[in-house]
Amino acid sequence: MHTKTLAQLARDLKARKLSSEELTRSYLARIERFNPQLNAFITVLQEEALVAARAADARIKRGDVGVLTGVPLAHKDIFCTAGVKTSCGSKMLDNFVSPYDATVVERLRQAGMVLLGKTNMDEFAMGSSNETSFYGPVKNPWDPTRVPGGSSGGSAAAVAARLAPAATGTDTGGSIRQPAALTGLTGIKPTYGRVSRYGIIAFASSLDQAGVITYTAEDAALLLGAMAGFDPRDSTSVDRPVPDYTAALEHPLKGLRIGLPKEFFDQGLDGRVGAAVHAALTIYKKLGAEVRDISLPNFWLSVPTYYVVAPAECSSNLSRFDGVRFGHRCESPVDLLDLYTRSRGEGFGAEVKRRIMTGTYVLSAGYYDAYYLKAQKTRTLIRQDFIAAFENVDVIMGPATPTPAFGLGEKTEDPITMYLNDIYANGVNLAGLPGISIPMGFVDKLPVGLQIIGNYFDEARLLCAAHQYQRETDWHGQIPKGFQ
Amino acid sequence: MQWETVIGLEIHAQLLTKSKIFSAASTAFGAPPNTQACLVDLGYPGVLPVLNKEAVRMAVKFGLAVGAGIAPRSVFARKNYFYPDLPKGYQISQYELPVVGRGSVEIELEDGSSRRIGITRAHLEEDAGKSLHEGFEGISGIDLNRAGTPLLEIVSEPDMRSAKEAVAYMKKIHSLVRYLEICDGNLQEGSFRCDANVSVRRQGEQKFGTRAELKNINSFHFVEKAILYEVQRQIDVIEGGGKVVQETRLYDSKKNQTRSMRSKEEANDYRYFPDPDLLPLEIAESFVTEVRKTLPELPDEKKQRFMRAYGLSAYDAALLTASRELADYYETLVQAVGGEAKLCANWVMGELSAALNQNNQDIAQSPVTAVMLAGLLKRILDNTLSGKLAKEVFEAMWAGEGNADAVIENKGLKQITDSSAIEKIIDGIMVANPQQLSDYRAGKDKLFAFFVGQVMKATQGKANPQQVNELLKRKLTG
Repeated sequence: MHTKTLAQLARDLKARKLSSEELTRSYLARIERFNPQLNAFITVLQEEALVAARAADARIKRGDVGVLTGVPLAHKDIFCTAGVKTSCGSKMLDNFVSPYDATVVERLRQAGMVLLGKTNMDEFAMGSSNETSFYGPVKNPWDPTRVPGGSSGGSAAAVAARLAPAATGTDTGGSIRQPAALTGLTGIKPTYGRVSRYGIIAFASSLDQAGVITYTAEDAALLLGAMAGFDPRDSTSVDRPVPDYTAALEHPLKGLRIGLPKEFFDQGLDGRVGAAVHAALTIYKKLGAEVRDISLPNFWLSVPTYYVVAPAECSSNLSRFDGVRFGHRCESPVDLLDLYTRSRGEGFGAEVKRRIMTGTYVLSAGYYDAYYLKAQKTRTLIRQDFIAAFENVDVIMGPATPTPAFGLGEKTEDPITMYLNDIYANGVNLAGLPGISIPMGFVDKLPVGLQIIGNYFDEARLLCAAHQYQRETDWHGQIPKGFQ
Repeated sequence: MQWETVIGLEIHAQLLTKSKIFSAASTAFGAPPNTQACLVDLGYPGVLPVLNKEAVRMAVKFGLAVGAGIAPRSVFARKNYFYPDLPKGYQISQYELPVVGRGSVEIELEDGSSRRIGITRAHLEEDAGKSLHEGFEGISGIDLNRAGTPLLEIVSEPDMRSAKEAVAYMKKIHSLVRYLEICDGNLQEGSFRCDANVSVRRQGEQKFGTRAELKNINSFHFVEKAILYEVQRQIDVIEGGGKVVQETRLYDSKKNQTRSMRSKEEANDYRYFPDPDLLPLEIAESFVTEVRKTLPELPDEKKQRFMRAYGLSAYDAALLTASRELADYYETLVQAVGGEAKLCANWVMGELSAALNQNNQDIAQSPVTAVMLAGLLKRILDNTLSGKLAKEVFEAMWAGEGNADAVIENKGLKQITDSSAIEKIIDGIMVANPQQLSDYRAGKDKLFAFFVGQVMKATQGKANPQQVNELLKRKLTG
């Protein structure tokens, strides 16, 4: 049953072809068997999951059933989960048991979903390879010598290895789309404001957005429908009705205008990934779409802009981890300064420290205008490029990443090359647009992803475009060897 | 050398909202430590701030009351610094774009003159918690009940030229926020706090001197003393050939001195930037209009009306309108008496204020209500009581002995106004003091007072003084 999609499992549960307890036991068994080699989970909720599964079965029996009742899933360990350790991949929060549920966790719990466990991630979501986690790197199920991407690397590896039918993720600069691409999965980052950020441990508040990693666009549509919507506890969430994403999947693509930004196809891109994009476009054309060349002239500014904005916000967001109220606290501090410096020095890893320092620097008196303020201006330019492009096209397509999954340890010494792995992703967060990555083939036997970027709140169109492609292809149905 | 003092004040007024500025926790004062701090106030991972609309309404109310512009769009910013009572490691405040723009207030000085003091801006921000050092051994306690309490920081222009003006301005703002019912104005509990920026310059000089910021001033009295001390200190430094350094100084009310806390070089770089968790605050014109409708009569308007309607001097009217409660008391009194505005004013500013001051009480706590005082004043007006007797009755009323008529009855303090009764007493006194009578009649006018005294003594002060005077004059002359 682990080879089925989430949508299929949901239908089987509803039809009572299988019970949630059976299904949950099956996934827990797979986690027990495969997680040691993958390191995808930080916490496995063996007992809690079974309790929830039985409760879901009781609901199904009563006929009190939603589409997702009894379906298991995993949450990235960045989502606060009541009574459960919520580490954010950091030593700083290794001892932190959240007293409350994030809105996303609460909504999916209310939908009757069964939480299998919390997945590994780059520390505080800062990384593109899952190698900055305090809990160690995650292996890519397609090749254990390679990274699964990051920061939602644990979620991607867990779903790819069929240890969970879906997992949540967060995407600040590609952290859902890039790992989904590198593990052959579907990963959607909704419009900024579409899903509540309440209870998501903040990395960069103006960029963070929750989404899901699934097998298919149909799965993503089901989950996103349950997660999305206004939350009065998040001032940046948008009060706007959530469309029926599932119903929108079947809209024909005829006449869809696809924009192809020339800037996405320069020398940084592995030619074989570029070729896969063009192969995918052939299918879209066959489906009646029309491809137009477009330009995003300020695209080249997105990585530098991102690495000013994101660190600036994180330097402030992470100030609350001071050893005073929760989280890591150093042994016998002699005074306040000692408490701060040792608690934070010991609790944070190297990449987090690098970004806190960068962020503190760009906000400092005398540098603010040159960096932070300038980055706000370039951010506006990047956003305007997209807005202008969407006057002529309905979606923008391109590669999700420049290359397939790279080797463990390959980029850890050079942060800049690591950052460039998200070159096609960062701008989408800076603009606040929705983006989805879907499997579009293999390069060196490793999956690669097609990124589809949509206009604001146009998730339904993205999911539809992804779904129509997935009806024509079977890249998303591939399972890595050893995990069938 | 003549020196001119330049003062600007930053006042923090705690807003009277029921819940905190960014969370649903209660703002009530005095709860056991950390019982009124929710996850948002504690800065837990993942929580987010949601702006309290009531705090915005109060800020707008203040802005309108000082004639300031209300920003259609203002921005919350993070002020970053580490301190144990600052849970998030930053304070949410407003920096470049405050909600309330430029305004002004008029202050009354003791010599009867008035001055206009500019208000640069007022902005919304959250309060921090409290660090507790007493009662702990080797550690400090932290109480986060106050964390997230809404504050309105009111920044004045450097328009004040003396400690007295600074006090008058502070009192004016204090009166205003209480009129508007946006702050309880309690200085002891810290819901109304003041920092003073003080500098001196040579008389006639255009450029401002280097300023010191005085912190921790929690009474009107201390504002005056702290500024006076600081001004003298700065003059001494300059006249001694030194230079005033820009720094933050703490006022120590026990020693009556200011001492250096940190210099400009040591000052924190707060790394302000717009808070990405909060959208820019957008205030529609319709909201401002709606708030404007809720504005009460403000002290200046009330003062003008008191001068017009009651024929009071500017000084009396200003005193009586200093607080809304006092003004209400006065108006209730005048109404209950049925006029006699001047007599009412004299009693409120005289006996009543003296008694309140002596007992360190607020007008709201006065044991003699306006209606009770009216009962007393009526007895003066109908000649039941002399002024002297009335004061005695007032004291008894203050002590809780009942209303004016009951006290008069119980103490037998009714004034004697029956002419024939007074005449009889005078006759007796003339008979008993023949020598004085003949001396008076021989031209020793001073003895008149002696006879008045005798009559008062015989009537225990109850005889109507005017009648006594008239009757004595007639009878003594023979």
